[in-house]
Amino acid sequence: MNEHGTEHGGQVAQPGPEGFGREAVRLDQGHIVGTGGLPERFDNPGFPPHIPRAADLDERAAKRAEKQVATLFGLSMLGTLVFIVAYFAIPMENRVFIPGIGLANLSNVVLGVSLAFGLLGIGIGAVHWAKTLMPDEEMVEERHPLRSSDEARGGFVKTVLTGGTEAQLDRRPLIKYSLGGALGLFALPVVLQVAGSLGPLPKDELSKTMWKKGDRLVRDPELTPVKATDVTIGSVFHILPESIKDSEHVLEDKAKAAVLLMRLEPEAIKVAKERDWGHDGIVAYSKICTHVGCPVGLYEQQTHHLLCPCHQSTFDVTQDCKVIFGPAKRPLPQLKITVDAEGYLVADAPFREAVGPSFWERG
Amino acid sequence: MNALAARRRHPAAIALLILVGLLVTGAAYAALAPKPAQASTVSADQVEQGKKLFQANCSTCHGLGAEGTKDGPSLAGVGAAAVDFQVGTGRMPMTRPDVQAPRKEEVLFDEKEIAAMAAYVASLAPGPAVPDAEYTDGEKGDPAKGGELFRVNCAMCHNASGAGGALTRGKYAPSLRNISGEHIYEAMVTGPQSMPVFNDSNVSPESKRDIIAFLHTVDKQEKVGGMTLGNLGPVSEGLFIWVFGLGIMIGFAVWLGQKSA
Repeated sequence: MNEHGTEHGGQVAQPGPEGFGREAVRLDQGHIVGTGGLPERFDNPGFPPHIPRAADLDERAAKRAEKQVATLFGLSMLGTLVFIVAYFAIPMENRVFIPGIGLANLSNVVLGVSLAFGLLGIGIGAVHWAKTLMPDEEMVEERHPLRSSDEARGGFVKTVLTGGTEAQLDRRPLIKYSLGGALGLFALPVVLQVAGSLGPLPKDELSKTMWKKGDRLVRDPELTPVKATDVTIGSVFHILPESIKDSEHVLEDKAKAAVLLMRLEPEAIKVAKERDWGHDGIVAYSKICTHVGCPVGLYEQQTHHLLCPCHQSTFDVTQDCKVIFGPAKRPLPQLKITVDAEGYLVADAPFREAVGPSFWERG
Repeated sequence: MNALAARRRHPAAIALLILVGLLVTGAAYAALAPKPAQASTVSADQVEQGKKLFQANCSTCHGLGAEGTKDGPSLAGVGAAAVDFQVGTGRMPMTRPDVQAPRKEEVLFDEKEIAAMAAYVASLAPGPAVPDAEYTDGEKGDPAKGGELFRVNCAMCHNASGAGGALTRGKYAPSLRNISGEHIYEAMVTGPQSMPVFNDSNVSPESKRDIIAFLHTVDKQEKVGGMTLGNLGPVSEGLFIWVFGLGIMIGFAVWLGQKSA
């Protein structure tokens, strides 16, 4: 006995006169009066009672639904016709002001709206038809196990084995192995074409940029060389290597070699290597983000933050472009620069590491 | 002549002589020395008036002698262009020290007062002068070349159409819509707030004019795409389609899944 005065295990709720569903058991009541324990097994509550639709009972409602569906299909036809007419009748230059949306191209608006009516009319009409007039019966589709019966499986194995024996496969192994070899080898041409269509191997293209010792730093897009004295404090220059002029694949080379040139107060630079690799506070860093390769161009001259616009990776130029925020994992590579005899900025060495995002061999 | 000769040993004579000498050398220097573009239009009165205005309105943050405090930078060497830009666009005086100095429609000073303050700040140390009208008139520039320069030098912060964009820690690059050529030029040459400096050897005055021409062309362009959603690109457009496009689809899915009776 428990506090509710029932036997342990309690009493299982019984289906009502019309089966489960009519008087569905609420979750907070439980199936067992008393302790709330679980019954041995749940009975299939079956379908909820069928509720007939208005159109099933009333011929006038059915008629009304029919008219609604026909109207929707009619709207669709109207939309399609308007589309066809508008396609030819409205010149592309016409403008229209739509309140709340603004100035828009009349042809675009009319074509879009009429096409929407044309498609939605069919779709909504069909669904409305299905919901009001098409048969509305609940039914159960039984699921059976997919496994064949043991007899059928045995029969299949027997058929295969008999076939093999009758073709003398086990008596004549020469045929068996030469056929296997021929079929196996024939797979290679298919694999070869797929692998070959992936193109040549990248070799060291991912690790190398155009920069080499003595290459002048030139402005993007004018390709004019930069004197060290041109770069005043707070300036930022967008730089390419001078050898880009001779490049056969300008975009590919530019995408790797783009460099950002900044001048800081030399005492603002906190890392000795950064100061050594620069010239009098002028430092050059790869513009390609080490996360997924967007151009990192948002330089804030007061905080010396370099922000990548794609995923907000932030690099601190005073700390050798260390990542201080965002998903990038490694600092931007620095380009070692110096000045040549004429006072122009030149690269003192190629990039020491691969620029841009990480890749497999880079580790 | 006798009167002058009689007084040549007067104690004041030597002081007078020194004064005359100084004035002559000063005038000769002023006449012969290389001068910044604005030097001829700046008078001592203007500098004095600018100093008064500066001390009344700007010195709280920038210090009485514009030497800077912990709330505001020193203005030595920022030049007249910086004053004309900062005050002329309503950025200065700032309401309070903050990460961003927003542009304000209401400019607190008239042109004469701004010019006076600019003259005062320019008198502290040499800096970029207010640009010549020749280089701020977009009509004379080449918008196509300007567009190329803009996409390389400016678009990463200010957006390819000049709509502006976010920077780090609450700062942002402002929209460049409907900004006068003079202010665009001054911003490039002085590097206000977070913006780096684009001096004349980086982007030549002609190229700056091309950029102004590009921006003014964008201003004038008729946009027939309906709602612009701020011209911010995939972020605002993505948000729009996620909210409204998916919202409509979910609505239809709910309707499809509903029991008909």
